Amino acid sequence: MVTADDGRAGRLASLERRFRSPIRGPWLTSVFGLVLLIGIPVEFITGLLSYVAYDPQYGNDPNPKHGLFGFFVFNWFAEPSWLYRLVEGVHVGLGLVLVPIVIAKLWSVIPKLFKWPPFSSVAQVLERVSLTMLVGGIAFEITTGILYIDYYPKYVFSFYTGHFYGAWIFMAGFTVHVALKFPRMVRSLRSRRLRTELRTGLSGTLPEPVDDDLVATEPAEPTISRRGVLAMVGGASAVVFLLTAGETIGGVLRRVDLLGTRVASPDIGPNHFPVNHTAASRGIGPLQTGAAWRLELVGARRVSISREQLLAMPLISHDLPIACTEGWSTVQHWTGVRLTDLAGLAGAAGATWAYLEPFDGNAAYISGTQLHASQSMLALRVNGADLSLDHGYPARIMIPDAPGTHNKKWMQRITFEAV
Amino acid sequence: MRWLRRHYGAHPIHLLLMVACFAVAGYALSRMNAQGGLGRIVLWFALVLIVHDLIGWPLYTWADRALQRLAPRKRPGQPPSVPWINHVRVPAFLSGVLLIISFPLVLRLSAGPYEDLSGVSESAYLGHWLLVTGLFFMSSAAVYALRLLRARRRLNPTG
Repeated sequence: MVTADDGRAGRLASLERRFRSPIRGPWLTSVFGLVLLIGIPVEFITGLLSYVAYDPQYGNDPNPKHGLFGFFVFNWFAEPSWLYRLVEGVHVGLGLVLVPIVIAKLWSVIPKLFKWPPFSSVAQVLERVSLTMLVGGIAFEITTGILYIDYYPKYVFSFYTGHFYGAWIFMAGFTVHVALKFPRMVRSLRSRRLRTELRTGLSGTLPEPVDDDLVATEPAEPTISRRGVLAMVGGASAVVFLLTAGETIGGVLRRVDLLGTRVASPDIGPNHFPVNHTAASRGIGPLQTGAAWRLELVGARRVSISREQLLAMPLISHDLPIACTEGWSTVQHWTGVRLTDLAGLAGAAGATWAYLEPFDGNAAYISGTQLHASQSMLALRVNGADLSLDHGYPARIMIPDAPGTHNKKWMQRITFEAV
Repeated sequence: MRWLRRHYGAHPIHLLLMVACFAVAGYALSRMNAQGGLGRIVLWFALVLIVHDLIGWPLYTWADRALQRLAPRKRPGQPPSVPWINHVRVPAFLSGVLLIISFPLVLRLSAGPYEDLSGVSESAYLGHWLLVTGLFFMSSAAVYALRLLRARRRLNPTG
């Protein structure tokens, strides 16, 4: 007699038989796993550092309820000026490069999703829940990241909330998965030699000779070799790098930057570099930035200062990056007044933090470390020319090593405070 | 210990790992809830899982099987031909990955905010994506033609 359950099991068993790829197996899965085992911790650490770089303890916190998840926060650096650019460039760039590897890894283990019975013990039930955190987590982090860097407008929740706490859920699943599977990964990697695989073409491609639930019970004729799959997946990663990395690294790669988030800039001449937030989109015009413009400095005393007076002060020039949270960055030659000199002018030479208020209302706090850093400036000129309106005319903040969003444009007021 | 193994189904360390994992996840959920938007985040989490496991994977598997059915089967006695399937698979995979990492730009889903922020049009991306996709398929076809030519020469050295 056939029960309903037997019928179900039978159907699923036939489903299991339909996974016929002759190259699926623990070795191939472990190769992709090893790449992710290296790449994902880099993503996690650069992600946490990117959060630290916001200096959340100074009131810039996009995740104010972080609780214990903020244990690692420290005063972010003001030098070397390339550090934030590197951290965020790696986080976004490597994240995109890992996408094909994640797809391949998930393809290689998909039979496990249909394993029957799905819940043979309490341990298995719990492990399946942790795997949901792992697979759902990586898909969540990748999709939120891509939609964020590509400015998808219909976000239904805060990117910072989702991507930050989602990363912790994902990493919890990832850590137990690594702990449980690491010995098996090592064993599987040792079962075949990479060099031999790279010499084996289609005709020599046979299923892995091990009893494993990833290996097909009724393998089909091979249509692609293992080296073919590795080349296809690795090639996809290389192509992603080639077509997006230019917007961070620059140089020759900038010429093939066809799918980065900033492939063009609105201006020509000295102000010809990418813009984030145009003046028009922020409602900035001659009303705020005309001849009547004055910068207000608030410390022990209040000082109102014109652009001409600022230009008459001692000026410094430095090559500093604008490094965006979306991953792109651009290094330009900036000229302006040291922020620490402005603090002195307001009678606040000993200030330990400052509050930056631009005309668009998009304010931020900076730490004393960044305020007094030798290259931190109120920039008036770029590449030898006056700032364009889109780049923050009459004056903008340039802080080495801060996220681009702290380099406020169209400055109205700086308030210097001591704790 | 043996009791746990029998009724739980794995080593006690397994249980310990699971408890730690769910504790971290539970804490993260509570922090998200404190910040707001928890329901929508969980929904998104479930949605992307479903989109991958029940739509994305079945779809590309079905497309690949359809491709395999199109490919001619090797019959005994027939001279070996050059299989073309991977010359379609590889460019399609590369092009698909590029679409995944840049679809809001390519499909102009974020045209409004993009143009406001950058001051330039988003319309270049569709052309870029089509251009590289075309390049992938054309170079793949060129490599295939070369392989075909070589195979014919090997078979027919005088001709």
